Amino acid sequence: MVAGGGEVGFHLGQALLEAGHEVMILENDRRRAQFIQEQLGSVVMTASADEGRAQIEAGCQRADAVIAVTGDDAKNLVICQLAKDHCHAQRVIARVNNPKNEIVFKALGIDETISSTRVLMGVIEQELPTGGFFPLMPLTGSHLELIEAEIAPDTPAAGKKVGELGLSAYGALIGGVVRRGEILHAHGDTPLQAGDRVIVFTPTAAEADVRRSLFG
Amino acid sequence: MNIVIIGCGRVGAFLAGLLDEDGHAVTVVDLERVAFEHLPQSYKGNTLLGNGTDLDILRQAGIENAEALFALTQGDNRNLMGAQIAKEIFGVRRVIAKVNDPIRARLYRSQGLTTISRTTILGTLLHAMLAEDPVVGKTLMEKSLAHEERLSGGTPTPAKAGG
Repeated sequence: MVAGGGEVGFHLGQALLEAGHEVMILENDRRRAQFIQEQLGSVVMTASADEGRAQIEAGCQRADAVIAVTGDDAKNLVICQLAKDHCHAQRVIARVNNPKNEIVFKALGIDETISSTRVLMGVIEQELPTGGFFPLMPLTGSHLELIEAEIAPDTPAAGKKVGELGLSAYGALIGGVVRRGEILHAHGDTPLQAGDRVIVFTPTAAEADVRRSLFG
Repeated sequence: MNIVIIGCGRVGAFLAGLLDEDGHAVTVVDLERVAFEHLPQSYKGNTLLGNGTDLDILRQAGIENAEALFALTQGDNRNLMGAQIAKEIFGVRRVIAKVNDPIRARLYRSQGLTTISRTTILGTLLHAMLAEDPVVGKTLMEKSLAHEERLSGGTPTPAKAGG
Protein backbone atom coordinates (compact mmCIF):
# COMPACT_ATOMS: atom_id res chain seq x y z
CA MET A 1 0.00 0.00 0.00
CA VAL A 2 1.40 3.34 -1.07
CA ALA A 3 -0.01 6.33 0.84
CA GLY A 4 0.17 9.49 -1.25
CA GLY A 5 0.00 9.69 -5.03
CA GLY A 6 2.27 12.66 -5.64
CA GLU A 7 5.35 12.39 -7.84
CA VAL A 8 7.07 9.99 -5.44
CA GLY A 9 3.99 7.85 -4.82
CA PHE A 10 3.06 7.65 -8.50
CA HIS A 11 6.51 6.59 -9.70
CA LEU A 12 7.01 4.26 -6.76
CA GLY A 13 3.67 2.63 -7.51
CA GLN A 14 4.60 2.26 -11.17
CA ALA A 15 7.98 0.72 -10.33
CA LEU A 16 6.41 -1.71 -7.85
CA LEU A 17 3.82 -2.77 -10.45
CA GLU A 18 6.54 -3.31 -13.03
CA ALA A 19 8.38 -5.46 -10.50
CA GLY A 20 5.27 -7.65 -10.28
CA HIS A 21 3.89 -6.49 -6.92
CA GLU A 22 0.25 -5.95 -6.11
CA VAL A 23 -0.16 -2.24 -5.40
CA MET A 24 -2.83 0.04 -3.95
CA ILE A 25 -2.19 3.78 -3.99
CA LEU A 26 -4.21 6.06 -1.67
CA GLU A 27 -4.59 9.61 -2.94
CA ASN A 28 -7.04 12.14 -1.52
CA ASP A 29 -7.16 14.48 -4.53
CA ARG A 30 -9.84 13.15 -6.87
CA ARG A 31 -8.29 14.57 -10.03
CA ARG A 32 -4.85 13.26 -9.20
CA ALA A 33 -6.35 9.86 -8.42
CA GLN A 34 -8.10 9.88 -11.79
CA PHE A 35 -4.81 10.64 -13.54
CA ILE A 36 -3.13 7.74 -11.74
CA GLN A 37 -5.97 5.42 -12.70
CA GLU A 38 -5.64 6.43 -16.35
CA GLN A 39 -1.92 5.80 -16.25
CA LEU A 40 -1.64 2.70 -14.08
CA GLY A 41 -5.10 1.11 -14.03
CA SER A 42 -7.33 0.24 -11.08
CA VAL A 43 -4.66 0.48 -8.43
CA VAL A 44 -5.76 3.71 -6.81
CA MET A 45 -8.33 4.66 -4.20
CA THR A 46 -9.56 8.20 -3.62
CA ALA A 47 -9.18 8.46 0.14
CA SER A 48 -7.12 10.16 2.78
CA ALA A 49 -4.57 7.65 4.02
CA ASP A 50 -4.41 9.22 7.49
CA GLU A 51 -7.87 7.84 8.26
CA GLY A 52 -8.11 4.40 9.78
CA ARG A 53 -11.23 3.50 7.84
CA ALA A 54 -9.58 4.28 4.48
CA GLN A 55 -6.60 2.14 5.40
CA ILE A 56 -8.81 -0.82 6.23
CA GLU A 57 -10.80 -0.41 2.99
CA ALA A 58 -7.52 -0.36 1.08
CA GLY A 59 -6.60 -3.72 2.61
CA CYS A 60 -3.89 -2.46 4.91
CA GLN A 61 -4.02 -5.60 7.09
CA ARG A 62 -3.18 -7.84 4.16
CA ALA A 63 -0.40 -5.61 2.85
CA ASP A 64 3.19 -6.77 3.11
CA ALA A 65 4.22 -3.15 3.46
CA VAL A 66 2.64 0.25 3.98
CA ILE A 67 4.76 3.05 2.54
CA ALA A 68 3.88 6.65 3.40
CA VAL A 69 5.33 9.06 0.85
CA THR A 70 3.35 12.30 1.09
CA GLY A 71 5.20 15.59 1.28
CA ASP A 72 3.95 16.16 4.83
CA ASP A 73 5.99 14.55 7.61
CA ALA A 74 3.24 14.79 10.25
CA LYS A 75 0.84 13.04 7.89
CA ASN A 76 3.37 10.31 7.08
CA LEU A 77 3.91 9.74 10.81
CA VAL A 78 0.20 9.37 11.53
CA ILE A 79 -0.32 7.13 8.47
CA CYS A 80 2.43 4.79 9.67
CA GLN A 81 1.29 4.80 13.30
CA LEU A 82 -2.30 4.01 12.28
CA ALA A 83 -1.13 1.27 9.91
CA LYS A 84 1.04 -0.25 12.60
CA ASP A 85 -1.18 0.06 15.68
CA HIS A 86 -4.67 0.08 14.19
CA CYS A 87 -4.32 -2.18 11.15
CA HIS A 88 -1.39 -4.27 12.40
CA ALA A 89 0.42 -3.86 9.10
CA GLN A 90 3.44 -6.12 8.82
CA ARG A 91 5.89 -3.46 7.78
CA VAL A 92 5.67 0.32 7.65
CA ILE A 93 8.07 2.67 5.88
CA ALA A 94 7.92 6.45 6.05
CA ARG A 95 9.36 9.13 3.82
CA VAL A 96 10.70 11.99 5.92
CA ASN A 97 11.13 15.35 4.26
CA ASN A 98 12.93 17.06 7.14
CA PRO A 99 16.00 14.86 7.88
CA LYS A 100 15.80 15.78 11.57
CA ASN A 101 12.55 13.83 11.72
CA GLU A 102 14.30 10.49 11.22
CA ILE A 103 15.15 10.57 14.93
CA VAL A 104 11.63 11.70 15.81
CA PHE A 105 10.00 8.90 13.84
CA LYS A 106 12.28 6.29 15.46
CA ALA A 107 11.45 7.61 18.93
CA LEU A 108 7.76 7.37 18.08
CA GLY A 109 7.92 3.77 16.92
CA ILE A 110 8.50 4.10 13.16
CA ASP A 111 11.88 2.50 12.55
CA GLU A 112 12.13 2.47 8.78
CA THR A 113 12.46 5.93 7.32
CA ILE A 114 13.83 7.26 4.08
CA SER A 115 15.00 10.83 3.91
CA SER A 116 15.15 12.08 0.33
CA THR A 117 17.45 14.88 1.50
CA ARG A 118 19.86 12.39 3.02
CA VAL A 119 19.77 10.11 -0.04
CA LEU A 120 20.58 13.09 -2.27
CA MET A 121 23.38 14.17 0.07
CA GLY A 122 24.78 10.64 -0.14
CA VAL A 123 24.73 10.73 -3.93
CA ILE A 124 26.35 14.16 -4.03
CA GLU A 125 29.02 13.17 -1.53
CA GLN A 126 29.86 10.11 -3.63
CA GLU A 127 30.12 12.24 -6.77
CA LEU A 128 32.17 15.05 -5.32
CA PRO A 129 35.60 14.80 -3.76
CA THR A 130 34.91 15.23 -0.04
CA GLY A 131 38.21 14.17 1.44
CA GLY A 132 37.67 10.54 0.46
CA PHE A 133 34.78 9.93 2.86
CA PHE A 134 31.71 8.30 1.31
CA PRO A 135 28.61 7.26 3.23
CA LEU A 136 27.58 4.23 1.15
CA MET A 137 24.21 3.24 2.57
CA PRO A 138 22.13 3.06 5.72
CA LEU A 139 21.52 -0.49 6.97
CA THR A 140 17.79 -1.17 6.91
CA GLY A 141 16.05 -1.47 10.26
CA SER A 142 18.96 -0.20 12.33
CA HIS A 143 20.72 2.99 13.33
CA LEU A 144 23.80 1.86 11.43
CA GLU A 145 25.36 2.78 8.15
CA LEU A 146 28.17 1.71 5.89
CA ILE A 147 30.95 4.14 5.03
CA GLU A 148 33.87 3.94 2.64
CA ALA A 149 36.91 6.08 3.40
CA GLU A 150 40.11 6.49 1.50
CA ILE A 151 43.16 6.90 3.71
CA ALA A 152 45.05 9.98 2.55
CA PRO A 153 48.72 10.70 3.32
CA ASP A 154 49.27 13.13 6.21
CA THR A 155 46.14 12.01 8.04
CA PRO A 156 46.09 10.49 11.52
CA ALA A 157 45.10 7.09 10.13
CA ALA A 158 47.99 6.67 7.66
CA GLY A 159 50.66 4.46 9.25
CA LYS A 160 48.46 3.52 12.23
CA LYS A 161 47.15 0.08 13.01
CA VAL A 162 43.39 -0.49 12.80
CA GLY A 163 43.18 -1.06 16.56
CA GLU A 164 44.92 2.25 17.29
CA LEU A 165 42.20 4.35 15.64
CA GLY A 166 39.90 3.92 18.64
CA LEU A 167 36.78 3.44 16.50
CA SER A 168 35.37 0.85 18.88
CA ALA A 169 34.81 3.64 21.39
CA TYR A 170 32.09 4.92 19.04
CA GLY A 171 30.67 1.46 18.42
CA ALA A 172 32.18 1.51 14.91
CA LEU A 173 34.08 -1.30 13.24
CA ILE A 174 36.35 -1.56 10.18
CA GLY A 175 34.94 -4.46 8.20
CA GLY A 176 37.63 -4.67 5.57
CA VAL A 177 40.56 -2.92 3.92
CA VAL A 178 40.91 -2.64 0.15
CA ARG A 179 44.55 -2.26 -0.94
CA ARG A 180 45.40 -2.12 -4.66
CA GLY A 181 42.13 -3.85 -5.47
CA GLU A 182 42.62 -6.70 -2.98
CA ILE A 183 40.58 -7.27 0.14
CA LEU A 184 42.54 -7.57 3.39
CA HIS A 185 41.13 -8.89 6.65
CA ALA A 186 41.03 -6.01 9.12
CA HIS A 187 42.56 -7.13 12.42
CA GLY A 188 43.44 -4.81 15.26
CA ASP A 189 47.08 -4.99 14.20
CA THR A 190 46.57 -4.49 10.46
CA PRO A 191 48.62 -1.40 9.53
CA LEU A 192 46.91 1.14 7.30
CA GLN A 193 48.69 2.86 4.41
CA ALA A 194 47.94 5.93 2.37
CA GLY A 195 45.74 4.87 -0.55
CA ASP A 196 43.96 2.10 1.39
CA ARG A 197 40.18 2.17 1.26
CA VAL A 198 38.47 1.08 4.45
CA ILE A 199 34.88 -0.09 4.79
CA VAL A 200 33.44 1.01 8.14
CA PHE A 201 30.25 -0.04 9.90
CA THR A 202 29.20 2.80 12.17
CA PRO A 203 26.22 4.05 14.16
CA THR A 204 24.80 6.94 12.11
CA ALA A 205 25.16 9.25 15.10
CA ALA A 206 28.93 8.56 15.28
CA GLU A 207 29.64 9.36 11.63
CA ALA A 208 31.34 12.65 12.48
CA ASP A 209 33.53 10.98 15.14
CA VAL A 210 34.63 8.31 12.68
CA ARG A 211 35.48 10.98 10.12
CA ARG A 212 37.59 12.81 12.72
CA SER A 213 39.41 9.63 13.75
CA LEU A 214 40.36 8.90 10.17
CA PHE A 215 41.08 12.39 8.88
CA GLY A 216 41.88 14.45 11.97
CA MET B 1 4.30 27.09 35.13
CA ASN B 2 6.18 27.12 31.79
CA ILE B 3 3.70 26.34 29.05
CA VAL B 4 4.18 25.91 25.29
CA ILE B 5 1.25 26.26 22.90
CA ILE B 6 1.62 25.12 19.27
CA GLY B 7 -0.78 26.93 16.96
CA CYS B 8 -2.00 30.48 17.48
CA GLY B 9 -5.41 30.22 15.85
CA ARG B 10 -8.51 31.28 17.73
CA VAL B 11 -8.33 28.47 20.28
CA GLY B 12 -4.56 28.71 20.85
CA ALA B 13 -4.67 32.49 21.24
CA PHE B 14 -7.67 32.33 23.61
CA LEU B 15 -5.98 29.75 25.84
CA ALA B 16 -2.67 31.65 25.72
CA GLY B 17 -4.50 34.77 26.92
CA LEU B 18 -6.14 32.94 29.82
CA LEU B 19 -2.93 31.22 30.98
CA ASP B 20 -0.95 34.44 30.64
CA GLU B 21 -3.49 36.25 32.83
CA ASP B 22 -3.23 33.42 35.36
CA GLY B 23 0.47 34.28 35.64
CA HIS B 24 2.01 31.38 33.71
CA ALA B 25 5.04 31.79 31.44
CA VAL B 26 3.51 31.10 28.02
CA THR B 27 5.20 30.69 24.63
CA VAL B 28 3.00 30.39 21.53
CA VAL B 29 4.45 28.93 18.32
CA ASP B 30 2.95 29.45 14.87
CA LEU B 31 4.09 29.23 11.26
CA GLU B 32 2.46 32.53 10.30
CA ARG B 33 3.22 35.88 11.86
CA VAL B 34 -0.33 37.15 11.26
CA ALA B 35 -1.65 34.39 13.53
CA PHE B 36 -0.28 36.26 16.55
CA GLU B 37 -2.86 38.97 15.86
CA HIS B 38 -5.40 36.59 17.41
CA LEU B 39 -3.76 37.12 20.81
CA PRO B 40 -5.57 39.47 23.21
CA GLN B 41 -4.00 42.90 23.60
CA SER B 42 -3.20 42.19 27.23
CA TYR B 43 -0.96 39.21 26.29
CA LYS B 44 2.54 39.58 27.76
CA GLY B 45 3.92 36.11 26.97
CA ASN B 46 6.31 35.04 24.21
CA THR B 47 5.63 34.34 20.56
CA LEU B 48 7.86 32.25 18.31
CA LEU B 49 7.64 32.00 14.52
CA GLY B 50 8.29 28.46 13.30
CA ASN B 51 7.08 24.90 12.83
CA GLY B 52 5.89 23.44 16.13
CA THR B 53 6.79 19.90 15.05
CA ASP B 54 10.45 20.83 14.53
CA LEU B 55 12.76 19.73 17.35
CA ASP B 56 14.89 22.86 17.23
CA ILE B 57 11.91 25.22 17.21
CA LEU B 58 10.44 23.36 20.18
CA ARG B 59 13.76 23.68 22.01
CA GLN B 60 13.76 27.41 21.27
CA ALA B 61 10.25 27.59 22.65
CA GLY B 62 11.65 26.23 25.92
CA ILE B 63 10.12 22.77 25.77
CA GLU B 64 12.96 21.33 27.84
CA ASN B 65 11.72 23.31 30.83
CA ALA B 66 8.02 23.19 30.03
CA GLU B 67 5.52 21.58 32.37
CA ALA B 68 2.71 21.56 29.83
CA LEU B 69 2.21 21.62 26.08
CA PHE B 70 -0.95 22.16 24.08
CA ALA B 71 -1.00 21.24 20.38
CA LEU B 72 -3.75 23.37 18.84
CA THR B 73 -2.96 23.90 15.16
CA GLN B 74 -5.56 23.38 12.45
CA GLY B 75 -3.97 20.07 11.45
CA ASP B 76 -4.80 16.94 13.44
CA ASN B 77 -1.64 15.23 12.24
CA ARG B 78 0.61 18.13 13.21
CA ASN B 79 -1.01 18.21 16.64
CA LEU B 80 -0.51 14.48 17.10
CA MET B 81 3.12 14.75 16.04
CA GLY B 82 3.89 17.79 18.21
CA ALA B 83 2.19 16.25 21.22
CA GLN B 84 4.01 12.93 20.85
CA ILE B 85 7.37 14.71 20.50
CA ALA B 86 6.66 16.65 23.69
CA LYS B 87 5.59 13.56 25.60
CA GLU B 88 7.98 10.89 24.33
CA ILE B 89 11.12 12.85 23.47
CA PHE B 90 11.09 15.76 25.91
CA GLY B 91 9.11 14.11 28.69
CA VAL B 92 6.68 17.00 29.15
CA ARG B 93 4.32 16.05 31.98
CA ARG B 94 1.02 17.46 30.73
CA VAL B 95 0.41 17.18 27.00
CA ILE B 96 -2.92 17.75 25.27
CA ALA B 97 -3.57 17.58 21.53
CA LYS B 98 -6.58 18.95 19.70
CA VAL B 99 -7.68 16.25 17.27
CA ASN B 100 -10.91 17.12 15.52
CA ASP B 101 -11.37 13.75 13.85
CA PRO B 102 -13.06 11.74 16.66
CA ILE B 103 -11.74 8.42 15.31
CA ARG B 104 -8.12 9.53 15.42
CA ALA B 105 -8.72 11.22 18.78
CA ARG B 106 -9.98 7.96 20.28
CA LEU B 107 -7.22 5.86 18.79
CA TYR B 108 -4.40 7.94 20.18
CA ARG B 109 -6.19 8.35 23.49
CA SER B 110 -6.28 4.58 23.84
CA GLN B 111 -2.51 4.68 23.56
CA GLY B 112 -2.11 7.12 26.40
CA LEU B 113 -2.06 10.47 24.63
CA THR B 114 -4.55 13.04 25.90
CA THR B 115 -6.57 14.14 22.91
CA ILE B 116 -9.56 16.40 22.75
CA SER B 117 -11.92 16.62 19.81
CA ARG B 118 -13.66 19.95 19.23
CA THR B 119 -16.31 18.04 17.34
CA THR B 120 -17.15 15.90 20.35
CA ILE B 121 -16.81 18.62 23.00
CA LEU B 122 -18.86 21.23 21.18
CA GLY B 123 -21.47 18.67 20.16
CA THR B 124 -21.74 17.48 23.77
CA LEU B 125 -22.10 21.04 25.06
CA LEU B 126 -24.86 21.88 22.58
CA HIS B 127 -26.62 18.64 23.44
CA ALA B 128 -26.40 19.47 27.16
CA MET B 129 -27.64 23.02 26.63
CA LEU B 130 -30.75 21.81 24.88
CA ALA B 131 -31.38 19.32 27.69
CA GLU B 132 -30.78 22.17 30.23
CA ASP B 133 -28.17 20.02 31.96
CA PRO B 134 -27.24 22.09 35.04
CA VAL B 135 -23.57 21.04 35.21
CA VAL B 136 -22.35 20.55 31.65
CA GLY B 137 -24.66 23.03 29.99
CA LYS B 138 -24.96 25.81 32.54
CA THR B 139 -21.64 25.77 34.40
CA LEU B 140 -19.46 25.42 31.33
CA MET B 141 -21.38 28.08 29.47
CA GLU B 142 -21.12 30.50 32.42
CA LYS B 143 -17.39 29.87 32.75
CA SER B 144 -16.87 30.34 29.01
CA LEU B 145 -18.73 33.65 29.02
CA ALA B 146 -16.72 34.83 32.05
CA HIS B 147 -13.48 34.04 30.23
CA GLU B 148 -14.70 35.80 27.14
CA GLU B 149 -15.44 38.88 29.22
CA ARG B 150 -12.04 38.70 30.95
CA LEU B 151 -10.09 38.58 27.70
CA SER B 152 -12.04 41.34 26.04
CA GLY B 153 -10.04 43.65 28.30
CA GLY B 154 -12.95 44.77 30.43
CA THR B 155 -14.76 46.44 27.52
CA PRO B 156 -18.45 46.11 28.18
CA THR B 157 -20.43 43.70 26.05
CA PRO B 158 -22.04 45.61 23.18
CA ALA B 159 -25.70 46.32 23.79
CA LYS B 160 -28.10 44.04 22.00
CA ALA B 161 -29.35 45.42 18.74
CA GLY B 162 -32.83 46.77 19.07
CA GLY B 163 -32.70 46.13 22.84
